[in-house]
Amino acid sequence: MKAPSFQYVLPQTLEEALRAVHEMEGARILAGGQSLLAMLNMRFAFPEVLVDIGRIGQLSHITDHGESIEIGAATRQRDIEFSDLIARRLPVLREAILHVGHRQTRNRGTVGGSLCQLDPSAEIPTIAMAMDATLTAASVRGQRQIQMADFPAGYMTPSLEPDEMLVAVHLRPWARGHGYAFEEYARRHGDFAIVAVAVLIELDEQGVVDRVSMTLGGISSMPVRVSAAERLLLGSRAQAADLKAAAACCRTVEASSDSHVQGWYRQHLAQVLCERALKRALARVER
Amino acid sequence: MKAIDKPSTVTLHVNGQPRCGQAEPRLHLGDFLRNELGLTGTHLGCEHGVCGACTVLVDGVSSRSCLMLAVQAEGAQVRTVEGLAQVDGPLGVLQQAFHDSHALQCGFCTPGILMSLTELLETHPAPDEAAIRDVLSGHLCRCTGYQNIVAAALKAVAAVQRGGQP
Amino acid sequence: MTANHPGSGIWQSAPRVEDDQLLRGQAQFLDDVPMDDACHACFVRSAQAHARIVSVDTTQARGIPGVVGVFVKQDLFGELTSWRMPLGFALAALPENTTPFVLVDHEVAFVGEAIAVVVASSRHVAEDAASRVQVHYEPLPVVANCRDAVRPDSPTVRTELSSNVLQRYTLAYGSVDEEFAKASVLISEDFWAHRGGGHPMEGRGVLAKVEKSTGTLMVWSSTQMAHELHYTLALMLGQPEERLRVITPEVGGGFGAKFMIYPEEVVIPALARKLGRPVKWVEDRREHFISAVQERDQYWSVQLAADREGKIRGLRGTLIHDHGAYTPQGTNVPYNAASSITGPYIVPSYGLDVSVVHTNKVPVATIRGAGYPQAAFVMERLMDRLARELGLDPVECRQRNLIPADKIPYVKPLKSRAGLPLTIDSGDFPALQARAVEASDRPGFAARRQASESRGRLRGWGMANSVKPTGRGPYESVRLKIQPSGTVAVYTGALAMGQGLKTTLAQLCAPHFGLLPQAIEVLAGDTAMIGYGHGGFASRQAIMAGNAVSQAARKLREKVLKVAAAVLGVDASVLQLSQGEAHSLDFSHRISLARLSMLMKGVPGYTLPLVDDPGLEETVHFHCDAQTYAGACHLCEVEVDPEIGHIEVQRYLAVQDSGNIINPQLAEGQVVGGVVHGLGNALFEHMAYDEQGQPLNTTFGDYLLPTAPEVPPIQVIFAPSPTTLNELGIKGVGECSTIAVPAAVVGAVEDALWSRGVRISEFPLTPMRVAELIGHSRASEKNR
Repeated sequence: MKAPSFQYVLPQTLEEALRAVHEMEGARILAGGQSLLAMLNMRFAFPEVLVDIGRIGQLSHITDHGESIEIGAATRQRDIEFSDLIARRLPVLREAILHVGHRQTRNRGTVGGSLCQLDPSAEIPTIAMAMDATLTAASVRGQRQIQMADFPAGYMTPSLEPDEMLVAVHLRPWARGHGYAFEEYARRHGDFAIVAVAVLIELDEQGVVDRVSMTLGGISSMPVRVSAAERLLLGSRAQAADLKAAAACCRTVEASSDSHVQGWYRQHLAQVLCERALKRALARVER
Repeated sequence: MKAIDKPSTVTLHVNGQPRCGQAEPRLHLGDFLRNELGLTGTHLGCEHGVCGACTVLVDGVSSRSCLMLAVQAEGAQVRTVEGLAQVDGPLGVLQQAFHDSHALQCGFCTPGILMSLTELLETHPAPDEAAIRDVLSGHLCRCTGYQNIVAAALKAVAAVQRGGQP
Repeated sequence: MTANHPGSGIWQSAPRVEDDQLLRGQAQFLDDVPMDDACHACFVRSAQAHARIVSVDTTQARGIPGVVGVFVKQDLFGELTSWRMPLGFALAALPENTTPFVLVDHEVAFVGEAIAVVVASSRHVAEDAASRVQVHYEPLPVVANCRDAVRPDSPTVRTELSSNVLQRYTLAYGSVDEEFAKASVLISEDFWAHRGGGHPMEGRGVLAKVEKSTGTLMVWSSTQMAHELHYTLALMLGQPEERLRVITPEVGGGFGAKFMIYPEEVVIPALARKLGRPVKWVEDRREHFISAVQERDQYWSVQLAADREGKIRGLRGTLIHDHGAYTPQGTNVPYNAASSITGPYIVPSYGLDVSVVHTNKVPVATIRGAGYPQAAFVMERLMDRLARELGLDPVECRQRNLIPADKIPYVKPLKSRAGLPLTIDSGDFPALQARAVEASDRPGFAARRQASESRGRLRGWGMANSVKPTGRGPYESVRLKIQPSGTVAVYTGALAMGQGLKTTLAQLCAPHFGLLPQAIEVLAGDTAMIGYGHGGFASRQAIMAGNAVSQAARKLREKVLKVAAAVLGVDASVLQLSQGEAHSLDFSHRISLARLSMLMKGVPGYTLPLVDDPGLEETVHFHCDAQTYAGACHLCEVEVDPEIGHIEVQRYLAVQDSGNIINPQLAEGQVVGGVVHGLGNALFEHMAYDEQGQPLNTTFGDYLLPTAPEVPPIQVIFAPSPTTLNELGIKGVGECSTIAVPAAVVGAVEDALWSRGVRISEFPLTPMRVAELIGHSRASEKNR
């Protein structure tokens, strides 16, 4: 399983990279390579040019802007895993990142790479959706912001122009003491999730839910916010019955079927995992 | 910044030695190490990033060499199984533990596992069984059933704590 | 874990001689063998499961720089004596047109079948060219499921066939109908048993070159059967046997996938000879999925008859076995399953109608376990049903049916495929089972189940017995030689693929010469070094090669002492062997083995020290046609998450009778590895195809092998009943521990979910399936 031929470009700056993808026909960004190089080895993709952004320092950073944290697109997943800042202020991301592949995967894989690959079961896109991330895309024409909800254009297809690339993702941390949980079910440790759930929740002083986010990964072709569940929980006291009702909303989310897993099982898993995630998230709330 | 489409020279350090070889862009690091540099201890079991047999250390961290292009290793410090012991020298602590614990049978997956466990031992003071199995989850072995590999790793942890080099 | 005792000695855990090179990354597997000027091959494989090949256009492919050639079947005319592979195990009565083609040109019968081969300067270029070969197919009807293929109105998987039923036979004995008519208890059940591929971490590979100075065609192959390959190449290439040499490099696992002579192994040497250049083919993982032999579906529909005490009176039913598109090597898998199902139990009457059925998929041949796991699954599930039906303890129910020790040797009423009686020569099955139960802390299960429940998990307990004949004959060969350099060398037709063969043979040989195992050089699988051999499969090598080397060492030791006595002028009884010398106790008389060997090579005009054949050499072909039976009893506990169907094996105990154990540490490693392969079969491995015969799992991403976190603590206990069929009293190990696993694990899951009304009669068992059985799908029973 040897890759087909391609040209290789190693830009030193973001400008060089943007020019390369703009000028060169059939160019694809090479970030961590954990998805793309496997696809190439299996001859599932035939890019004419690979633009390697792995040496562009400005694309690899974790920056605290106070209200938001900016993560460069080429930031290695391992840097997220070992970042104190992320652990403190984006704990659900930290919890999720431990499920991403294996040690070797996270050593090279990048945040932006995972976001642009948009594998339906991938953890990072699920978190980005859960946290209403804002993505910064750049091209020779300038930069623009894309809300995560608008980012997936279809199955494994980001809303990026052919010569556009992701440069950063912005995540706004939830209030200190918020509850969070990431649950996933996979056949083996490190496998892509069959279904994953990300929950964030905040309670006011009276113990009433005043903010909640519930997102499913793996259930269909892109991460799904279960808004019906969120509406049910908002304003509730998050009692057992509320959690059950919220989790039951997963049954109405459209679920894909493939040769390995049927849709009903995805819905069923989603329901079970949602309830578990909600319970864990609530247990974490610091009152 | 020009596009490379033909074989070019890749210069790097492997097991502490400066090495160089030719690589066209699509040549992955595993093939480069094996065929250009003659270091055939790193094996290829799947070439799609699951079996872990091709694992080497690149700048201190474990990487699947089938999911890295040789050209990406320009200037890198790469360590392979051949570097775990001196030629004709004694086996390293981890290798010795594998031998004592019968942690290898056919030996094909072993080099990759040795490199991943080397990373673990060098970065964690006292990994427990769960941490070891977690690292091993990135590796497939069809022969041993992993039990003796875990035992060997624990043995090596104990030896390192007693003052050995990982 | 067994302690490691450094030093020589049989029955000890001597450390492995293989390890040093492997640990340093210096061992040479097939793709590591240095070869200047080699070109690289890539096969063009069928993308369709059944189609007529209308045309194959290689023009574009041939034009790619770096391509040496693109070859279709016709291009090998002149290199081959036949377009079809010979039947492996040629004594079976099978139609002539059943074997695979070397390359196909008119019709493809499975996805992955080789149509053409590209040879180029690198594998990369070869793959580039292969993707440019244009094959024009005209689809033909695909038969993807053996239950469809068996129907008389089914289209055939190859147009040269008139029926997809390759074999239909009944194995029977006793008065089945009578027993069923009067039985008090009848259990009926349908089972689906599925196993996948071998998937050694090193795939297949062949390297061939004509050594020009002697005209010898040298072939390296990652194989489990070097001499069979030699025979096949001589036949297929018309290459004189003495100008053909097969060398086996380090083999990175076999598991049955390399217990086969493949078309690729014929094509590559043919090309090397044709081109006058070394040619290498190294399989990639996808190729292993679509062209290496595998096991797959068996559908059993069976009934068990028993009396009120739970004693089995009869077993009958039907088996439909998915055989794949061709027969490369006989039909052992279904025969093994059909003839072994009664296992270690007394079953007074039996009748099974077996249909061995072609499908448009990769050919099926033996993978570790060779059909035994499927049969054990059926038998053990029926046992559990019987126990439940009668309210009996499953242990007791089995106990009542196990062959008692006083009935051993037990002649099974069925015969082997060669027509020989199947005789269980040794084994105390009740004691084996009792040992297992005792070691499993069964009384503590109730508390463990409660603890599981407190965490929302359902805990179950399962057990399974199995027995396997080991030591497949007719022989294995060892040539033992003391070279004039003093090296003690063992050349054998047996083959190493990870099981520590070299260490085992060295351990058996070394003590006879007062040496450590590390001092013995073992060379396996080189047809130039030893003329005959069979290789590694069917859990045979410890027995066959082990006894051969033991006998050879004993004989050679006698000769060495005789020669030394003659040279030193003393009586042989005062001499001993140690440290490479023959010497008296006080070393007043001494002579090195090297000098003795040199003296026995002779000097013209002088008599040999001993009037005997020259040299210090013994060749032994250990003969044994009767197989010795290795029993096992497995117990396991699982936890099931009833909400999502997740199964976690919590503990696993394997009690194994492999007779006397040469090296306990190595044997234990084999058992643990075999159990984990069995776990793969039980819970993870599914070689799935769609209705068009397209394989759905062709990567390790969707075909799942167990990894370390999925493996429970596995406890191994050896409980030997040594055999008298060979001097060493040893039995095989390699496959034994794979057999009982699916039965034990699935039994445990069913036990966990019994109160939920779940009944399980299939494997592999996935969480989704468990969730469905529990009722979470609210959908009707799946039609598989």
